[in-house]
Amino acid sequence: MVASDDASRADATHPQDPGHPARTVLDDQDISRALTRITHEILERNRDSSGIVLLGIPTRGVHLARRIAKRMSEVEGREITAGALDITMFRDDLRLKPARALEHTEIPDDIDDKVVVLVDDVLFSGRTIRAALDALNEIGRPRAVQLAVLIDRGHRELPIRADFVGKNLPTSLSESVKVALVETDDHDAVAIQGGVA
Amino acid sequence: MIKHLLSAGDLDRTDAIRILDTAEELLGVASRPIKKLPTLRGRTVVNLFFEDSTRTRISFEAAAKRLSADVINFSAKGSSVSKGESLKDTALTLQAMGADAVIVRHQHSGAPHRLAHAKWTKGAVINAGDGTHEHPTQALLDAFTMRRHLGDLEGKNITIVGDVLHSRVARSNVLLLDTLGANVTIVAPPTLLPVGVEKWPVETSYDLDTSLEKADAVMMLRVQQERMKASFFPSAREYSRRYGLDTARVNRLPDHAIVMHPGPMNRGMEITADVADHVRSVIVEQVTNGVAVRMAVLYLLLGGAADDTSFDPIESTEEGTE
Repeated sequence: MVASDDASRADATHPQDPGHPARTVLDDQDISRALTRITHEILERNRDSSGIVLLGIPTRGVHLARRIAKRMSEVEGREITAGALDITMFRDDLRLKPARALEHTEIPDDIDDKVVVLVDDVLFSGRTIRAALDALNEIGRPRAVQLAVLIDRGHRELPIRADFVGKNLPTSLSESVKVALVETDDHDAVAIQGGVA
Repeated sequence: MIKHLLSAGDLDRTDAIRILDTAEELLGVASRPIKKLPTLRGRTVVNLFFEDSTRTRISFEAAAKRLSADVINFSAKGSSVSKGESLKDTALTLQAMGADAVIVRHQHSGAPHRLAHAKWTKGAVINAGDGTHEHPTQALLDAFTMRRHLGDLEGKNITIVGDVLHSRVARSNVLLLDTLGANVTIVAPPTLLPVGVEKWPVETSYDLDTSLEKADAVMMLRVQQERMKASFFPSAREYSRRYGLDTARVNRLPDHAIVMHPGPMNRGMEITADVADHVRSVIVEQVTNGVAVRMAVLYLLLGGAADDTSFDPIESTEEGTE
């Protein structure tokens, strides 16, 4: 209890702490532009939206997927909904931590023979995406799976790459990337914390 | 989260809601083409059943298999228990084979508690019904079913009718429903109410008809003739007249109310065949939900980091001989 309290307090006070400054690398405008570009890239690559299923990975990936779906609906002139794919049960580090609560899985459409675009906030080790690919396997057989991420921070541990990237952000392993979105946090921003300032 | 599931009373509101929410997500797995998750791959779950059971054992087995666990089924009939092997020796044998969880049903109240706290087994112990004591996963699946039909159970009126004295289902339901904030009314003939029922967080009544109009759910209990060593009521016919749920009584329930039964049913005794197959009856749905709820329990008890510190073979041998 004490440890977790301390940790959350440390998180909250980080921006003011001169030893560990948080550098904002993307503001709300940058995020908005990146998502608009990703939307167009997805449509361009796949010719049109009819065979596309957008699936966000909880929690922030879902919000990003919904924002992309909204932009896609405007461009294509028809309603496109994004789904959510919970990957908790497929993680490879389940046994390292106490059992965690499941997130909601919601598949808007049959994914068989569709192009599934997975959406996540940060691409790091690639393990989350591996788990997502396994989870997809149980739901159906898509024609292709593509990956869209807001931030690619490198340090891959698996042979996985993103098809659509909002921003490549070279980081050191001692740094952490914080994505804040209005849906869960109070503002839109991407910041880097820690490391050698 | 707790390590064992021995009593519905061990669950605080947060834990109970967590299990029900997890079950809600897992219910979707049953509708997928591939009804399997890799989460408990390589873990061994033992169904240790000293007492007959159809739905609970099959339900636990299906739940464990859908999470990719290996399942060993043990029933007392046809095992060394009939040669006189004790619960302790059976448990030590299972431990030696590496059981990560033991799901135990026993004819004696408190057997799962003994199994969990004597440290004969390292794994999680899940109570699947002990004597006339408790059956926590049944209470969880009942609460889950009610929640799907009635929404949040806070302030809902639940009537539990019948053989409360012998019912572990009733005990677990009362504890869990109280935790979830529901108002429980127990209806039974005076002979079938347990001693000390006045200390339970419930209202009691001897008359079924008075509580029907405000009930959001009616749960009928099986008359457990196999546990009855005396006459508790004059005749089956009289019991069925006074405490059985028939169509006339169902028609007096509010429109949204549901009829539940933990099974197995004595059709014609506590519930008429018409009511059992009535549109308001959710008895079959309870069985479906049971698998999802048990998956949630297995996932939350076994899915995370294994806690090996609680088991010490030397210490446990000493404790076991006390």
